[in-house]
Amino acid sequence: MKKFINAPEAVLAEALSGIAAAHPELKVDAENKVISRGDAGRRGKVALVSGGGSGHEPLHGGFVGLGMLDAACPGEVFTSPVPGQMLAAAQAVDGGAGVLFIVKNYTGDVLNFQMAAELAAEEGITVETVLVDDDVAVKDSTWTAGRRGTGATVFVEKIAGALAEQGAGLAAVAEMAKRVNAASRSFAVALTACTTPASGKPGFDLPEDEMEVGVGIHGEPGRRREKLRPAKEIVATALDAILTDQPLDTGDETIVMVNGLGGTPLIELYVVFNEVAAALADKGVVVARNLVGNYVTSLDMAGASLTVCRADADMLSLWDAPVNTPALRWGS
Amino acid sequence: MTTSPVPTMNGDSVDTDRARTWVQAIAAAVDQHKDHLTQLDSAIGDADHGTNMHRGFSAATTAVAAMEPDTVGAALITAGTTLISTVGGASGPLYGGAFRAIGKALDTPTAGTQQLAAALAAGLASIQKLGAAAPGDKTMIDAYAPALAAFQQQAGAGADLAAAATAAADAAEVGMRSTTPMQARKGRASYLGARSIGHQDPGATSTALVFRALAETLGAR
Repeated sequence: MKKFINAPEAVLAEALSGIAAAHPELKVDAENKVISRGDAGRRGKVALVSGGGSGHEPLHGGFVGLGMLDAACPGEVFTSPVPGQMLAAAQAVDGGAGVLFIVKNYTGDVLNFQMAAELAAEEGITVETVLVDDDVAVKDSTWTAGRRGTGATVFVEKIAGALAEQGAGLAAVAEMAKRVNAASRSFAVALTACTTPASGKPGFDLPEDEMEVGVGIHGEPGRRREKLRPAKEIVATALDAILTDQPLDTGDETIVMVNGLGGTPLIELYVVFNEVAAALADKGVVVARNLVGNYVTSLDMAGASLTVCRADADMLSLWDAPVNTPALRWGS
Repeated sequence: MTTSPVPTMNGDSVDTDRARTWVQAIAAAVDQHKDHLTQLDSAIGDADHGTNMHRGFSAATTAVAAMEPDTVGAALITAGTTLISTVGGASGPLYGGAFRAIGKALDTPTAGTQQLAAALAAGLASIQKLGAAAPGDKTMIDAYAPALAAFQQQAGAGADLAAAATAAADAAEVGMRSTTPMQARKGRASYLGARSIGHQDPGATSTALVFRALAETLGAR
Protein backbone atom coordinates (compact mmCIF):
# COMPACT_ATOMS: atom_id res chain seq x y z
CA MET A 1 0.00 0.00 0.00
CA LYS A 2 1.32 3.41 -1.01
CA LYS A 3 -0.77 6.21 0.42
CA PHE A 4 -0.32 9.72 1.75
CA ILE A 5 -1.32 8.82 5.28
CA ASN A 6 0.25 8.88 8.73
CA ALA A 7 -1.71 6.00 10.23
CA PRO A 8 -4.75 4.15 8.84
CA GLU A 9 -6.87 4.87 11.92
CA ALA A 10 -6.06 8.61 11.76
CA VAL A 11 -7.11 9.18 8.15
CA LEU A 12 -10.67 10.40 8.78
CA ALA A 13 -9.82 12.76 11.65
CA GLU A 14 -6.83 14.23 9.83
CA ALA A 15 -8.76 14.66 6.57
CA LEU A 16 -11.50 16.49 8.51
CA SER A 17 -8.90 18.82 9.99
CA GLY A 18 -7.62 19.38 6.47
CA ILE A 19 -11.10 20.25 5.21
CA ALA A 20 -11.51 22.69 8.10
CA ALA A 21 -8.19 24.34 7.23
CA ALA A 22 -8.94 24.51 3.50
CA HIS A 23 -12.52 25.74 3.87
CA PRO A 24 -12.89 28.24 6.70
CA GLU A 25 -16.38 29.02 5.35
CA LEU A 26 -17.47 25.58 6.63
CA LYS A 27 -17.85 24.47 10.24
CA VAL A 28 -16.17 21.21 11.11
CA ASP A 29 -17.22 19.54 14.35
CA ALA A 30 -14.25 17.26 14.93
CA GLU A 31 -15.79 15.49 17.91
CA ASN A 32 -19.07 14.51 16.23
CA LYS A 33 -17.50 14.36 12.76
CA VAL A 34 -19.96 16.73 11.13
CA ILE A 35 -19.22 19.21 8.34
CA SER A 36 -21.79 22.01 8.14
CA ARG A 37 -22.39 25.33 6.45
CA GLY A 38 -21.02 28.35 8.26
CA ASP A 39 -24.50 29.89 8.19
CA ALA A 40 -26.37 26.66 8.99
CA GLY A 41 -29.56 26.81 11.01
CA ARG A 42 -31.08 29.72 9.09
CA ARG A 43 -34.65 30.24 10.39
CA GLY A 44 -37.29 28.78 8.14
CA LYS A 45 -34.97 27.07 5.69
CA VAL A 46 -35.32 23.32 5.21
CA ALA A 47 -31.96 21.75 6.05
CA LEU A 48 -30.40 18.99 3.95
CA VAL A 49 -28.24 16.43 5.72
CA SER A 50 -26.44 13.59 4.00
CA GLY A 51 -23.65 11.26 4.91
CA GLY A 52 -22.12 7.91 4.34
CA GLY A 53 -18.84 6.13 4.50
CA SER A 54 -15.71 8.10 3.68
CA GLY A 55 -13.62 7.33 0.63
CA HIS A 56 -16.11 8.83 -1.86
CA GLU A 57 -14.79 12.39 -1.74
CA PRO A 58 -15.86 14.97 -2.68
CA LEU A 59 -19.17 13.25 -1.70
CA HIS A 60 -20.59 14.34 0.77
CA GLY A 61 -18.52 16.98 2.59
CA GLY A 62 -17.52 18.63 -0.69
CA PHE A 63 -21.16 19.40 -1.40
CA VAL A 64 -21.84 21.34 1.78
CA GLY A 65 -22.59 24.98 1.13
CA LEU A 66 -25.00 27.43 -0.47
CA GLY A 67 -27.57 25.72 -2.67
CA MET A 68 -26.69 22.17 -1.70
CA LEU A 69 -26.17 20.38 1.64
CA ASP A 70 -26.39 22.01 5.06
CA ALA A 71 -24.38 19.24 6.69
CA ALA A 72 -22.56 16.02 5.92
CA CYS A 73 -21.66 13.16 8.27
CA PRO A 74 -18.63 11.21 7.11
CA GLY A 75 -18.24 7.71 8.54
CA GLU A 76 -15.07 5.66 8.62
CA VAL A 77 -13.84 4.61 5.18
CA PHE A 78 -16.67 2.71 3.43
CA THR A 79 -18.56 2.46 6.74
CA SER A 80 -21.79 4.33 7.33
CA PRO A 81 -21.71 7.01 10.00
CA VAL A 82 -23.38 6.35 13.36
CA PRO A 83 -26.77 7.70 14.56
CA GLY A 84 -25.19 10.11 17.07
CA GLN A 85 -23.34 11.85 14.26
CA MET A 86 -26.48 12.30 12.20
CA LEU A 87 -28.39 13.58 15.22
CA ALA A 88 -25.64 16.10 15.94
CA ALA A 89 -25.80 17.21 12.30
CA ALA A 90 -29.59 17.57 12.39
CA GLN A 91 -29.39 19.60 15.60
CA ALA A 92 -26.66 21.82 14.15
CA VAL A 93 -28.57 22.75 11.00
CA ASP A 94 -32.28 22.60 11.82
CA GLY A 95 -33.81 26.03 11.36
CA GLY A 96 -37.27 24.95 12.49
CA ALA A 97 -38.45 24.02 9.00
CA GLY A 98 -37.34 20.42 9.24
CA VAL A 99 -34.47 18.31 8.01
CA LEU A 100 -34.21 16.13 4.91
CA PHE A 101 -31.95 13.09 5.26
CA ILE A 102 -30.51 12.08 1.89
CA VAL A 103 -29.50 8.45 2.26
CA LYS A 104 -27.77 6.22 -0.25
CA ASN A 105 -29.43 2.82 -0.27
CA TYR A 106 -27.06 0.57 1.66
CA THR A 107 -28.25 -1.49 4.62
CA GLY A 108 -25.84 0.20 7.04
CA ASP A 109 -26.67 3.74 5.95
CA VAL A 110 -30.39 3.02 5.99
CA LEU A 111 -30.36 1.49 9.50
CA ASN A 112 -28.19 4.22 11.04
CA PHE A 113 -30.17 7.08 9.46
CA GLN A 114 -33.41 5.38 10.55
CA MET A 115 -32.17 5.32 14.16
CA ALA A 116 -31.05 8.94 13.84
CA ALA A 117 -34.47 9.97 12.52
CA GLU A 118 -36.09 8.42 15.59
CA LEU A 119 -33.64 10.23 17.89
CA ALA A 120 -34.24 13.52 16.07
CA ALA A 121 -38.00 13.12 16.36
CA GLU A 122 -37.57 12.68 20.12
CA GLU A 123 -35.70 16.02 20.09
CA GLY A 124 -38.61 17.67 18.29
CA ILE A 125 -36.93 17.87 14.88
CA THR A 126 -39.12 16.98 11.89
CA VAL A 127 -37.22 14.65 9.58
CA GLU A 128 -38.04 13.34 6.13
CA THR A 129 -35.84 10.77 4.44
CA VAL A 130 -35.18 10.17 0.77
CA LEU A 131 -33.39 7.03 -0.37
CA VAL A 132 -31.17 7.22 -3.42
CA ASP A 133 -31.08 3.96 -5.41
CA ASP A 134 -29.97 4.58 -8.97
CA ASP A 135 -27.51 1.77 -9.74
CA VAL A 136 -29.06 -0.46 -12.40
CA ALA A 137 -26.27 -3.04 -12.10
CA VAL A 138 -28.20 -4.33 -9.08
CA LYS A 139 -31.66 -5.68 -9.73
CA ASP A 140 -34.34 -4.13 -7.59
CA SER A 141 -36.34 -6.65 -5.59
CA THR A 142 -38.23 -6.73 -2.34
CA TRP A 143 -36.20 -9.84 -1.46
CA THR A 144 -32.85 -8.08 -1.63
CA ALA A 145 -31.25 -4.93 -0.29
CA GLY A 146 -32.40 -3.23 -3.50
CA ARG A 147 -30.39 -1.02 -5.84
CA ARG A 148 -27.37 0.87 -4.58
CA GLY A 149 -27.23 4.63 -4.31
CA THR A 150 -24.39 6.13 -6.35
CA GLY A 151 -24.02 9.04 -8.80
CA ALA A 152 -27.61 10.26 -8.61
CA THR A 153 -26.83 11.44 -5.08
CA VAL A 154 -25.07 14.46 -6.59
CA PHE A 155 -28.13 15.33 -8.66
CA VAL A 156 -30.49 14.88 -5.71
CA GLU A 157 -28.33 17.01 -3.41
CA LYS A 158 -27.90 19.77 -6.01
CA ILE A 159 -31.52 20.02 -7.15
CA ALA A 160 -33.23 19.53 -3.77
CA GLY A 161 -30.63 21.87 -2.23
CA ALA A 162 -31.53 24.60 -4.71
CA LEU A 163 -35.23 24.21 -3.94
CA ALA A 164 -34.58 24.43 -0.19
CA GLU A 165 -32.45 27.54 -0.77
CA GLN A 166 -35.46 29.15 -2.49
CA GLY A 167 -37.52 28.62 0.66
CA ALA A 168 -39.66 25.62 -0.26
CA GLY A 169 -41.15 23.53 2.56
CA LEU A 170 -39.93 20.13 3.72
CA ALA A 171 -42.60 18.14 1.87
CA ALA A 172 -41.86 19.89 -1.42
CA VAL A 173 -38.09 19.49 -1.05
CA ALA A 174 -38.46 15.80 -0.20
CA GLU A 175 -40.82 15.30 -3.14
CA MET A 176 -38.35 16.92 -5.54
CA ALA A 177 -35.51 14.77 -4.17
CA LYS A 178 -37.59 11.66 -4.81
CA ARG A 179 -38.47 12.82 -8.32
CA VAL A 180 -34.80 13.33 -9.20
CA ASN A 181 -33.89 9.92 -7.85
CA ALA A 182 -36.74 8.28 -9.74
CA ALA A 183 -35.56 9.92 -12.96
CA SER A 184 -31.91 8.87 -12.58
CA ARG A 185 -30.02 5.69 -13.44
CA SER A 186 -26.32 4.80 -13.08
CA PHE A 187 -23.88 2.09 -14.12
CA ALA A 188 -20.17 1.72 -13.35
CA VAL A 189 -17.17 -0.19 -14.66
CA ALA A 190 -13.83 -0.65 -12.85
CA LEU A 191 -10.39 -1.23 -14.31
CA THR A 192 -8.66 -1.78 -10.95
CA ALA A 193 -9.70 -2.58 -7.39
CA CYS A 194 -9.25 0.00 -4.65
CA THR A 195 -7.27 -0.29 -1.43
CA THR A 196 -8.72 0.81 1.89
CA PRO A 197 -6.20 2.24 4.37
CA ALA A 198 -7.26 -0.34 6.96
CA SER A 199 -6.86 -3.44 4.78
CA GLY A 200 -3.75 -2.25 2.96
CA LYS A 201 -4.32 -4.34 -0.12
CA PRO A 202 -6.62 -4.22 -3.15
CA GLY A 203 -10.10 -5.68 -2.62
CA PHE A 204 -9.71 -8.05 -5.57
CA ASP A 205 -7.17 -9.04 -8.21
CA LEU A 206 -7.93 -7.95 -11.73
CA PRO A 207 -5.69 -9.08 -14.61
CA GLU A 208 -4.23 -6.41 -16.90
CA ASP A 209 -6.68 -7.18 -19.73
CA GLU A 210 -9.91 -7.49 -17.73
CA MET A 211 -12.51 -5.19 -16.18
CA GLU A 212 -15.19 -5.51 -13.53
CA VAL A 213 -18.60 -4.61 -14.95
CA GLY A 214 -21.39 -3.32 -12.71
CA VAL A 215 -19.31 -2.29 -9.71
CA GLY A 216 -20.44 -0.26 -6.74
CA ILE A 217 -18.43 2.38 -4.90
CA HIS A 218 -17.07 0.29 -2.05
CA GLY A 219 -14.40 -1.76 -3.74
CA GLU A 220 -16.55 -4.85 -3.94
CA PRO A 221 -16.33 -6.83 -7.19
CA GLY A 222 -18.96 -6.12 -9.83
CA ARG A 223 -21.69 -8.27 -11.30
CA ARG A 224 -19.32 -9.89 -13.79
CA ARG A 225 -15.80 -9.82 -15.16
CA GLU A 226 -15.11 -9.24 -18.84
CA LYS A 227 -12.23 -8.66 -21.23
CA LEU A 228 -11.29 -5.02 -21.51
CA ARG A 229 -12.78 -3.40 -24.61
CA PRO A 230 -12.54 0.00 -26.32
CA ALA A 231 -14.23 2.93 -24.51
CA LYS A 232 -16.95 3.06 -27.17
CA GLU A 233 -18.05 -0.50 -26.40
CA ILE A 234 -17.85 -0.05 -22.63
CA VAL A 235 -20.06 3.03 -22.91
CA ALA A 236 -22.50 1.08 -25.08
CA THR A 237 -22.75 -1.59 -22.35
CA ALA A 238 -23.36 1.02 -19.62
CA LEU A 239 -25.87 3.02 -21.67
CA ASP A 240 -27.70 -0.13 -22.68
CA ALA A 241 -28.12 -1.13 -19.01
CA ILE A 242 -29.38 2.36 -18.15
CA LEU A 243 -31.75 2.75 -21.10
CA THR A 244 -33.15 -0.76 -20.73
CA ASP A 245 -34.19 0.19 -17.21
CA GLN A 246 -35.43 3.64 -18.18
CA PRO A 247 -36.01 4.15 -21.90
CA LEU A 248 -35.59 7.68 -23.23
CA ASP A 249 -37.45 9.20 -26.15
CA THR A 250 -36.29 11.53 -28.89
CA GLY A 251 -36.30 15.04 -27.52
CA ASP A 252 -35.98 14.04 -23.85
CA GLU A 253 -33.71 16.37 -21.93
CA THR A 254 -31.11 14.91 -19.59
CA ILE A 255 -28.44 15.77 -17.08
CA VAL A 256 -25.50 13.42 -17.62
CA MET A 257 -22.57 12.76 -15.33
CA VAL A 258 -19.43 10.91 -16.33
CA ASN A 259 -17.83 10.32 -12.97
CA GLY A 260 -14.35 9.09 -12.18
CA LEU A 261 -13.99 6.53 -9.41
CA GLY A 262 -10.78 8.08 -8.12
CA GLY A 263 -7.95 6.58 -10.16
CA THR A 264 -8.93 7.49 -13.70
CA PRO A 265 -7.37 10.50 -15.46
CA LEU A 266 -9.74 13.27 -16.52
CA ILE A 267 -8.64 12.86 -20.14
CA GLU A 268 -10.13 9.35 -20.15
CA LEU A 269 -13.36 10.66 -18.63
CA TYR A 270 -13.62 13.07 -21.54
CA VAL A 271 -13.08 10.17 -23.97
CA VAL A 272 -15.98 8.44 -22.21
CA PHE A 273 -18.15 11.56 -22.28
CA ASN A 274 -17.46 11.94 -26.00
CA GLU A 275 -18.87 8.46 -26.57
CA VAL A 276 -21.86 9.07 -24.28
CA ALA A 277 -22.73 12.36 -25.99
CA ALA A 278 -22.47 10.75 -29.45
CA ALA A 279 -24.56 7.73 -28.49
CA LEU A 280 -27.29 9.86 -26.91
CA ALA A 281 -27.28 12.26 -29.88
CA ASP A 282 -27.84 9.23 -32.13
CA LYS A 283 -31.00 8.48 -30.18
CA GLY A 284 -32.13 12.09 -30.32
CA VAL A 285 -31.71 12.50 -26.56
CA VAL A 286 -30.64 15.98 -25.48
CA VAL A 287 -27.77 16.29 -23.00
CA ALA A 288 -28.98 19.56 -21.52
CA ARG A 289 -26.40 19.72 -18.69
CA ASN A 290 -23.40 17.63 -17.77
CA LEU A 291 -20.71 16.98 -15.21
CA VAL A 292 -17.41 15.34 -16.11
CA GLY A 293 -15.01 14.73 -13.25
CA ASN A 294 -14.51 13.00 -9.92
CA TYR A 295 -17.64 13.49 -7.81
CA VAL A 296 -18.46 10.11 -6.23
CA THR A 297 -15.23 8.21 -5.91
CA SER A 298 -14.17 4.85 -4.56
CA LEU A 299 -10.74 5.73 -3.11
CA ASP A 300 -8.09 4.92 -5.75
CA MET A 301 -10.22 2.71 -7.98
CA ALA A 302 -9.64 3.24 -11.69
CA GLY A 303 -13.03 3.27 -13.32
CA ALA A 304 -15.95 5.40 -14.32
CA SER A 305 -19.65 5.61 -13.70
CA LEU A 306 -22.32 7.02 -15.94
CA THR A 307 -25.45 8.65 -14.52
CA VAL A 308 -28.34 9.81 -16.68
CA CYS A 309 -31.22 11.85 -15.24
CA ARG A 310 -34.27 12.56 -17.37
CA ALA A 311 -34.75 16.16 -16.33
CA ASP A 312 -37.89 18.25 -16.55
CA ALA A 313 -37.89 22.06 -16.77
CA ASP A 314 -38.09 22.46 -12.97
CA MET A 315 -35.07 20.24 -12.44
CA LEU A 316 -33.03 22.07 -15.07
CA SER A 317 -33.87 25.45 -13.61
CA LEU A 318 -32.91 24.25 -10.12
CA TRP A 319 -29.74 22.71 -11.55
CA ASP A 320 -28.79 26.16 -12.89
CA ALA A 321 -29.45 27.91 -9.56
CA PRO A 322 -26.36 29.22 -7.76
CA VAL A 323 -24.28 26.73 -5.82
CA ASN A 324 -21.19 27.41 -3.73
CA THR A 325 -19.54 24.34 -2.25
CA PRO A 326 -15.96 23.06 -2.28
CA ALA A 327 -16.67 20.69 -5.19
CA LEU A 328 -19.51 22.34 -7.12
CA ARG A 329 -19.65 26.07 -7.69
CA TRP A 330 -21.47 28.25 -10.21
CA GLY A 331 -23.84 31.20 -10.46
CA SER A 332 -23.58 34.12 -8.12
CA MET B 1 -41.56 -5.95 42.40
CA THR B 2 -39.16 -8.11 40.45
CA THR B 3 -38.49 -11.60 41.64
CA SER B 4 -35.04 -12.85 40.88
CA PRO B 5 -34.71 -16.42 39.75
CA VAL B 6 -33.04 -18.39 42.51
CA PRO B 7 -29.67 -19.69 41.38
CA THR B 8 -29.49 -23.47 41.31
CA MET B 9 -27.50 -25.33 43.90
CA ASN B 10 -24.32 -25.27 41.88
CA GLY B 11 -24.76 -21.59 41.16
CA ASP B 12 -25.70 -22.21 37.53
CA SER B 13 -26.72 -18.72 36.58
CA VAL B 14 -25.46 -15.73 34.72
CA ASP B 15 -24.57 -12.87 37.04
CA THR B 16 -23.42 -9.34 36.34
CA ASP B 17 -19.75 -10.36 36.27
CA ARG B 18 -20.34 -13.08 33.72
CA ALA B 19 -22.29 -10.70 31.49
CA ARG B 20 -19.32 -8.39 31.53
CA THR B 21 -16.92 -11.26 30.94
CA TRP B 22 -18.96 -12.27 27.89
CA VAL B 23 -18.48 -8.82 26.35
CA GLN B 24 -14.75 -8.98 27.10
CA ALA B 25 -14.51 -12.49 25.65
CA ILE B 26 -16.16 -11.33 22.42
CA ALA B 27 -13.73 -8.42 22.23
CA ALA B 28 -10.80 -10.82 22.68
CA ALA B 29 -12.14 -13.17 19.99
CA VAL B 30 -12.77 -10.31 17.57
CA ASP B 31 -9.27 -9.00 18.23
CA GLN B 32 -7.84 -12.43 17.47
CA HIS B 33 -9.94 -12.92 14.30
CA LYS B 34 -9.93 -9.32 13.08
CA ASP B 35 -7.89 -9.98 9.95
CA HIS B 36 -9.87 -13.11 9.12
CA LEU B 37 -13.17 -11.20 9.34
CA THR B 38 -11.81 -8.43 7.13
CA GLN B 39 -10.45 -10.97 4.67
CA LEU B 40 -13.86 -12.67 4.39
CA ASP B 41 -15.48 -9.25 3.95
CA SER B 42 -12.95 -8.35 1.31
CA ALA B 43 -14.13 -11.25 -0.88
CA ILE B 44 -17.81 -10.33 -0.92
CA GLY B 45 -18.14 -6.99 0.85
CA ASP B 46 -16.11 -3.90 1.56
CA ALA B 47 -13.24 -5.21 3.68
CA ASP B 48 -14.13 -3.49 6.94
CA HIS B 49 -15.97 -6.02 9.12
CA GLY B 50 -12.97 -6.93 11.27
CA THR B 51 -11.94 -3.32 11.73
CA ASN B 52 -15.45 -2.17 12.60
CA MET B 53 -16.18 -4.99 15.04
CA HIS B 54 -12.81 -4.47 16.69
CA ARG B 55 -13.46 -0.75 17.16
CA GLY B 56 -16.93 -1.46 18.56
CA PHE B 57 -16.11 -4.26 20.98
CA SER B 58 -12.97 -2.49 22.24
CA ALA B 59 -15.16 0.50 23.08
CA ALA B 60 -17.83 -1.78 24.59
CA THR B 61 -15.24 -3.48 26.81
CA THR B 62 -14.04 -0.12 28.09
CA ALA B 63 -17.62 1.00 28.70
CA VAL B 64 -18.66 -2.09 30.68
CA ALA B 65 -15.42 -2.13 32.67
CA ALA B 66 -16.26 1.31 34.03
CA MET B 67 -19.73 0.40 35.31
CA GLU B 68 -21.17 -1.23 38.44
CA PRO B 69 -24.10 -3.10 36.92
CA ASP B 70 -26.97 -4.15 39.20
CA THR B 71 -28.62 -6.45 36.67
CA VAL B 72 -27.24 -9.03 34.25
CA GLY B 73 -28.60 -7.00 31.37
CA ALA B 74 -27.19 -3.61 32.34
CA ALA B 75 -23.73 -4.31 30.96
CA LEU B 76 -25.22 -5.79 27.78
CA ILE B 77 -27.44 -2.74 27.23
CA THR B 78 -24.39 -0.51 27.65
CA ALA B 79 -22.41 -2.72 25.29
CA GLY B 80 -25.23 -2.50 22.72
CA THR B 81 -25.51 1.27 22.96
CA THR B 82 -21.74 1.54 22.59
CA LEU B 83 -21.79 -0.67 19.48
CA ILE B 84 -24.50 1.49 17.89
CA SER B 85 -22.44 4.61 18.50
CA THR B 86 -19.07 3.23 17.39
CA VAL B 87 -19.37 0.45 14.79
CA GLY B 88 -21.27 2.09 11.93
CA GLY B 89 -22.30 0.10 8.89
CA ALA B 90 -25.10 -2.41 9.22
CA SER B 91 -23.28 -4.32 11.95
CA GLY B 92 -23.55 -1.43 14.42
CA PRO B 93 -27.35 -1.25 14.59
CA LEU B 94 -27.77 -5.02 14.13
CA TYR B 95 -25.36 -6.14 16.87
CA GLY B 96 -26.05 -3.08 19.02
CA GLY B 97 -29.81 -3.58 18.81
CA ALA B 98 -29.43 -7.30 19.55
CA PHE B 99 -27.33 -6.73 22.69
CA ARG B 100 -29.75 -4.06 23.89
CA ALA B 101 -32.67 -6.46 23.39
CA ILE B 102 -30.83 -9.29 25.16
CA GLY B 103 -29.92 -6.93 28.01
CA LYS B 104 -33.46 -5.63 28.45
CA ALA B 105 -34.69 -9.22 28.86
CA LEU B 106 -32.17 -9.83 31.66
CA ASP B 107 -33.36 -7.20 34.15
CA THR B 108 -32.49 -9.25 37.24
CA PRO B 109 -29.28 -9.69 39.26
CA THR B 110 -28.93 -13.26 38.01
CA ALA B 111 -30.49 -15.27 35.21
CA GLY B 112 -30.94 -18.97 34.55
CA THR B 113 -31.01 -21.00 31.37
CA GLN B 114 -34.67 -20.34 30.51
CA GLN B 115 -34.34 -16.61 31.00
CA LEU B 116 -31.19 -16.50 28.88
CA ALA B 117 -32.95 -18.49 26.15
CA ALA B 118 -35.74 -15.91 26.10
CA ALA B 119 -33.20 -13.07 26.04
CA LEU B 120 -31.29 -14.59 23.12
CA ALA B 121 -34.63 -14.95 21.28
CA ALA B 122 -35.26 -11.23 21.83
CA GLY B 123 -31.83 -10.55 20.32
CA LEU B 124 -32.69 -12.49 17.17
CA ALA B 125 -36.05 -10.74 16.91
CA SER B 126 -34.27 -7.38 16.99
CA ILE B 127 -31.91 -8.40 14.19
CA GLN B 128 -34.77 -9.68 12.05
CA LYS B 129 -36.87 -6.58 12.64
CA LEU B 130 -34.07 -4.21 11.62
CA GLY B 131 -32.39 -6.22 8.89
CA ALA B 132 -35.46 -7.95 7.44
CA ALA B 133 -33.32 -10.94 6.53
CA ALA B 134 -34.49 -14.55 6.65
CA PRO B 135 -32.55 -17.78 7.13
CA GLY B 136 -30.77 -18.66 3.90
CA ASP B 137 -30.07 -15.03 2.92
CA LYS B 138 -26.36 -15.48 3.82
CA THR B 139 -26.30 -13.21 6.85
CA MET B 140 -25.59 -13.37 10.59
CA ILE B 141 -29.05 -14.91 10.99
CA ASP B 142 -27.78 -18.13 9.44
CA ALA B 143 -25.52 -18.56 12.48
CA TYR B 144 -27.80 -16.95 15.08
CA ALA B 145 -31.03 -18.83 14.32
CA PRO B 146 -29.55 -22.35 14.65
CA ALA B 147 -27.58 -21.26 17.74
CA LEU B 148 -30.77 -20.03 19.40
CA ALA B 149 -32.67 -23.19 18.42
CA ALA B 150 -29.93 -25.35 19.93
CA PHE B 151 -29.86 -23.27 23.13
CA GLN B 152 -33.66 -23.45 23.46
CA GLN B 153 -33.67 -27.18 22.84
CA GLN B 154 -31.02 -27.74 25.53
CA ALA B 155 -32.78 -25.40 27.94
CA GLY B 156 -36.04 -27.26 27.38
CA ALA B 157 -34.30 -30.53 28.09
CA GLY B 158 -33.05 -29.18 31.41
CA ALA B 159 -29.41 -28.76 30.43
CA ASP B 160 -27.18 -26.40 32.42
CA LEU B 161 -25.98 -23.08 31.04
CA ALA B 162 -22.60 -24.32 29.92
CA ALA B 163 -24.07 -27.25 27.98
CA ALA B 164 -26.74 -25.08 26.36
CA ALA B 165 -24.21 -22.41 25.40
CA THR B 166 -21.80 -24.99 24.02
CA ALA B 167 -24.56 -26.52 21.89
CA ALA B 168 -25.43 -23.02 20.68
CA ALA B 169 -21.80 -22.26 19.78
CA ASP B 170 -21.48 -25.55 17.89
CA ALA B 171 -24.70 -24.87 15.99
CA ALA B 172 -23.58 -21.31 15.19
CA GLU B 173 -20.39 -22.66 13.65
CA VAL B 174 -22.30 -25.20 11.55
CA GLY B 175 -24.61 -22.37 10.47
CA MET B 176 -21.62 -20.17 9.69
CA ARG B 177 -20.13 -22.82 7.42
CA SER B 178 -23.52 -23.36 5.75
CA THR B 179 -23.37 -19.80 4.38
CA THR B 180 -20.55 -20.66 1.98
CA PRO B 181 -22.69 -22.19 -0.80
CA MET B 182 -25.48 -19.63 -0.33
CA GLN B 183 -26.17 -16.73 -2.69
CA ALA B 184 -26.48 -13.53 -0.69
CA ARG B 185 -29.88 -11.87 -0.78
CA LYS B 186 -29.25 -9.19 1.85
CA GLY B 187 -26.38 -6.87 2.70
CA ARG B 188 -23.54 -5.74 0.54
CA ALA B 189 -22.66 -9.24 -0.65
CA SER B 190 -26.05 -9.36 -2.41
CA TYR B 191 -24.71 -6.91 -5.00
CA LEU B 192 -22.45 -9.67 -6.30
CA GLY B 193 -25.38 -11.90 -7.17
CA ALA B 194 -24.24 -15.44 -7.99
CA ARG B 195 -20.61 -14.40 -7.42
CA SER B 196 -21.29 -14.32 -3.68
CA ILE B 197 -21.56 -18.14 -3.76
CA GLY B 198 -18.51 -19.98 -2.44
CA HIS B 199 -17.57 -17.45 0.26
CA GLN B 200 -18.32 -17.72 3.98
CA ASP B 201 -20.39 -14.81 5.27
CA PRO B 202 -18.40 -12.44 7.52
CA GLY B 203 -21.47 -11.55 9.63
CA ALA B 204 -22.29 -15.19 10.29
CA THR B 205 -18.63 -15.68 11.19
CA SER B 206 -18.62 -12.91 13.80
CA THR B 207 -21.92 -14.23 15.18
CA ALA B 208 -20.27 -17.64 15.67
CA LEU B 209 -17.53 -15.85 17.65
CA VAL B 210 -20.18 -14.23 19.85
CA PHE B 211 -21.73 -17.62 20.72
CA ARG B 212 -18.34 -19.32 21.22
CA ALA B 213 -17.44 -16.50 23.60
CA LEU B 214 -20.69 -17.11 25.50
CA ALA B 215 -19.92 -20.84 25.78
CA GLU B 216 -16.42 -20.07 27.06
CA THR B 217 -17.78 -17.56 29.56
CA LEU B 218 -20.43 -19.89 30.92
CA GLY B 219 -18.18 -22.94 30.83
CA ALA B 220 -15.39 -21.27 32.78
CA ARG B 221 -16.04 -21.37 36.50
